[in-house]
Amino acid sequence: MAWARRILRVNLTKGTCTHEPLNMDWAKRYLGQRGLATKYLTEEIDPKVDPLAPENKLIMATGPLTGTCASTAGRYSVITKGALTGAIACSNSGGFFGNEMKNAGLDMIIFEGRAKAPVYLFIDNDDCRLLDASGYWGTSVWDTEEGIKEAHGDAQIRVASIGVAGEKGVKFACVVNDMHRAAGRSGVGTVMGSKNLKAVAIRGTKGVSVDDMPTFLKAVTAGKKVLAENAVTGQGLPAYGTQVLMNVINETGALPTRNHRDIQFEGASKISAEAMAEPRESDGKPNLIRNAACFGCTIACGRISSVDRTHYTVVDRPQYQKASGGLEYEAAWALGAATGVDDLDALTFANFICNEQGIDPISFGATVGAAMEMFEDGIITTKDTGGIEVKFGSARALTDLAELCGRGEGFGAEIGLGSKLLCEKYGKPELSMSVKGQEFPAYDGRGIQGMGLTYATSNRGACHLRSYTVASEILGIPEKTDPLVTDGKAGLVKAFQDATAAVDSAGICVFTTFAWTLEDIAPQIDAACEGDWSVEALLATGERIWNLERQFNLAAGFTGKDDNLPPRLMKDAAKTGPAKGLTSGLDKMLPEYYQLRGWSKDGVPTNETVSRLGL
Amino acid sequence: MTYVIIGAGPAGVVAAETLAKTDPGSDIVLLGGEADPPYSRMAIPYVLTGIIDHGGTHLRKTAGHYDALGITYRQGRAAGIDVTGRKVALEGGGEQAYDTLLIATGASPIKPPVPGLDRPGVHHCWTLDDCREIEKLAKKGSEVVLMGAGFIGCIILEALVERGVKLTVVEALDRMVPRMMNETAGTLIKDWCQAKGITVHTSTKVTEVGEQDGRLAVAMDNGETASADLVVVAAGVKSNIGFIDGTGMKAEQGILVDEFLRTSADNIYAAGDCAQGPDFGGGFNVHAIQPTSTEHGRFAALNMAGKVTPYRGSLQMNVLDTAGLISTSFGDWEGGDGTESAEALDRDRFKYLRLNFKDDVLVGALSLGRTDHMGVLRGLIQNRTPLGIWKARLMDDPHRIMEAYVAHAYA
Amino acid sequence: MLKALNIDPGKCTGCLQCELACSFENEGVFNPSKSRIKVFNFHDQGRFVPYTCTQCDEAWCMHACPVDAISLNKLTGAKEVNDNLCVGCKVCTIACPFGTVNYNSATGKVIKCDLCGGDPECAKACPTDAITYVDADWTGLDKMRKWAAKTDAGQQAAH
Repeated sequence: MAWARRILRVNLTKGTCTHEPLNMDWAKRYLGQRGLATKYLTEEIDPKVDPLAPENKLIMATGPLTGTCASTAGRYSVITKGALTGAIACSNSGGFFGNEMKNAGLDMIIFEGRAKAPVYLFIDNDDCRLLDASGYWGTSVWDTEEGIKEAHGDAQIRVASIGVAGEKGVKFACVVNDMHRAAGRSGVGTVMGSKNLKAVAIRGTKGVSVDDMPTFLKAVTAGKKVLAENAVTGQGLPAYGTQVLMNVINETGALPTRNHRDIQFEGASKISAEAMAEPRESDGKPNLIRNAACFGCTIACGRISSVDRTHYTVVDRPQYQKASGGLEYEAAWALGAATGVDDLDALTFANFICNEQGIDPISFGATVGAAMEMFEDGIITTKDTGGIEVKFGSARALTDLAELCGRGEGFGAEIGLGSKLLCEKYGKPELSMSVKGQEFPAYDGRGIQGMGLTYATSNRGACHLRSYTVASEILGIPEKTDPLVTDGKAGLVKAFQDATAAVDSAGICVFTTFAWTLEDIAPQIDAACEGDWSVEALLATGERIWNLERQFNLAAGFTGKDDNLPPRLMKDAAKTGPAKGLTSGLDKMLPEYYQLRGWSKDGVPTNETVSRLGL
Repeated sequence: MTYVIIGAGPAGVVAAETLAKTDPGSDIVLLGGEADPPYSRMAIPYVLTGIIDHGGTHLRKTAGHYDALGITYRQGRAAGIDVTGRKVALEGGGEQAYDTLLIATGASPIKPPVPGLDRPGVHHCWTLDDCREIEKLAKKGSEVVLMGAGFIGCIILEALVERGVKLTVVEALDRMVPRMMNETAGTLIKDWCQAKGITVHTSTKVTEVGEQDGRLAVAMDNGETASADLVVVAAGVKSNIGFIDGTGMKAEQGILVDEFLRTSADNIYAAGDCAQGPDFGGGFNVHAIQPTSTEHGRFAALNMAGKVTPYRGSLQMNVLDTAGLISTSFGDWEGGDGTESAEALDRDRFKYLRLNFKDDVLVGALSLGRTDHMGVLRGLIQNRTPLGIWKARLMDDPHRIMEAYVAHAYA
Repeated sequence: MLKALNIDPGKCTGCLQCELACSFENEGVFNPSKSRIKVFNFHDQGRFVPYTCTQCDEAWCMHACPVDAISLNKLTGAKEVNDNLCVGCKVCTIACPFGTVNYNSATGKVIKCDLCGGDPECAKACPTDAITYVDADWTGLDKMRKWAAKTDAGQQAAH
């Protein structure tokens, strides 16, 4: 129960699809989704493998709660060795695909090898087939999803696919499901593309149950009540979405601007949640159409928006005048503040293109920001860019590059290298605002010190979702800490990392943790799954997962030296705002963090830690 | 006031119930021609599959249902009508006087002019008595020949397959269910049946049912002969209207009725399979289907009771489960002059959908392998819903029909 | 006073908690594909529309049933399918002009909304009050009722 207890193994080289039982011993130690799939991956691939080689594997995994009526329980993740980072990659997505996969009786799909020609996997409950995708190759996520539904005559089919970017090897390509929900980061879509796998289409109607239903329903009802009554999950997120943060983080002085040159953006209010709700001149309608939920989500933070029909990006292009997903805060930041662009419609359009062609808007926007800095410094010229004036604040540069990058063409293909390779190529590696090759998201480690440590130690490269200390340092959840100090942040980061690893492995959304603590979550998992899933057990599981990911990265060739931040955050003091004069105190936090983790000074888990966690 | 209803099928029973509700205190006599209580012929195949027993076919399940409503159920078969004396003559003598009469005598299976159809072991599948005979002969492993792969033939086919017989189907026309399915769909149904191990001969006629070594031998015009323990004849039905000869009542395929379900004779109405009534698609036709029977019964009764209620016509529609492959057809499913069609076909998965439009209005539809929300096809056709921009979307992808419907229901 | 499900698409976020609750109530598992209420997603417009049986007075399904397997619950106004009597002939699925009776091939029976006997789980599960169970007189179902009445043969006199 809760687990479907079945996985599908798809060998793309041989063209075979085989069901096999889930390893329940592992399930009881790694829960599901992120943790369990990482266990499978680390057991099955050589950590040193080239991410784009057939020997790399790609796993789509649901959690034990996926498909149940627990709030937000529709998640799945894509786990592989990341194309952008070469580190363990685990990208989590909402929408409706995860539920469909679970209803087809699948905890996981493991893809191995490489298909000779483009294929897509079609699953109708027990019927699993690899079908010719040559007709979809070279087309967008949107066309692929619609085309597959039409070809199978079933609008209820859920599709996860890659766009042209993933086919063309753009390093931060994502896997997009339900038109605009993405397993976004680390280039999981690039790995999918390298396998000649265009899409996974699922119709699942088997039903999902749990171990102790009466207790589960009670725990779930209590959990939903907590979400409804919490100011963030009950009011803020439904009304404003994650974009509620734009003005808040800007005022905090932690909104990285123009490739982290500044940490406050003068145009922030123009690209904020408030701006999205403002009626526009042309038709009197706001950018935001409504909020929308992923499967089972009682928060509904998702934004459904439209671009102004008179905007230069969509005039005569009706396919972009329709409603679609966006802007969420991270995307609005990367496409806006990181590039200095304050044109809300240009951002919305660029976001649509990211969804349509399957590219991560965070890495894309941040890389454009790096390119803009090099352009302004004269390192990159219009000769390199094919004539595009890649200047800070240029909406046209942003939207042109989004389209080019989405198709892997021209200078867009260079943007598609990601900021690390791009900056190295032009001899300016220090201008890449990344850790382990992955670009920072929307918080500056100088203005929010905990996030500096979060980025430096994140196993999948810079990421806010591995330990969202913003909750504590800015929003006061579960308790307020000072964003400008380093004291206590090592412990905070570790606690958030372990708890988040458990939440990510359960099949629910990390946004619930604005309101839920593990005290709210554990009873739901414990009732759903056999075995002991107390708060303590979940924290131990989270810590085990974190260390397993760490071990993979170490075996892949990363060391403690890679737990770092770019010199800009370490040396250049913040110019404005509450953090004015501050740099990141990473060097103060990191040794304490290693110690709390039970790792050596070089960041290697000690034998004692390994055996304590049963790794 | 005495209402008499000849025929205790769905049309007759619904009419009697509606009369009891609309004109309480009146005398209502329901004449049934068979020994069994009013039952549903449609349900007989499910007796053969064992889903229900004979009682499960009964139109009403509650004990004393008719008595409680003040309906007198009388067994008797009409032999003729005295329209001036307002009397129904019964077979075997006796008569029943009426003030207002409803003819709901249904239809009977056609026996084609093929030698040998009177032999023991040759049956229709129409009455509960037929059902009892078929139950005896169609055992696991028995050889059965089904003559006719029309709508009724295919319903029986499903039941025979479930009973585990070795089945051969012989259809004179070029495809299965030719009056409900076009060539694409009919051919797919045939492929489906053959894949299930059923032998299907189309464009083939049975020339004689003979006997060889104590078993039936079914000779076909393709030169083949099939041996059989049972032959089921399902070669179409005709309205039961022979007994109106001499009344002057107008009839063609069935008794002609107007929009009030009135026949050309005073105080006489007709409903169901025996009635040729207004067709939603224009003209007057016999629609021998369950929904039309019950609608006819209801509207005829309202009008008989003086509650003048015009009936705007029946829509031809069918749903069929052929050995697990579900098909539907609605209205002008063929689509002809002046119509535009949208089609989606997935041969490998036996899925098919065809929508026929006149301008931006759906006028007919065909489906195979679909079961969700099929009723909206009826809704859209019968409401003559102008589809507007959805017409183009449906031409592009007909599967979006439910979306189109919901968009209009909430418009 | 009869109560009815009132649906306000403007409030629906498309979370499908109603489908989860419905399928659990009726099937004992979480399985949106078996839900009697369905949320339609008009992606291009950013619009979600929950849709289910309105328990219409015309009761096309009930009248079309050849074996008396659908009956009126006089307390709730719901038209309920009796699984013991249903033979799975599917006539009701084509007779209902709203498309809200569906065939369940797993059981060989049809399924439709029965208002959970007067305490509809979908309404209880909806986090945004897009689905409420209120006095029938002031529901937005009027619009759909009018639609039902327009359906040919669907004269108010029919009952």
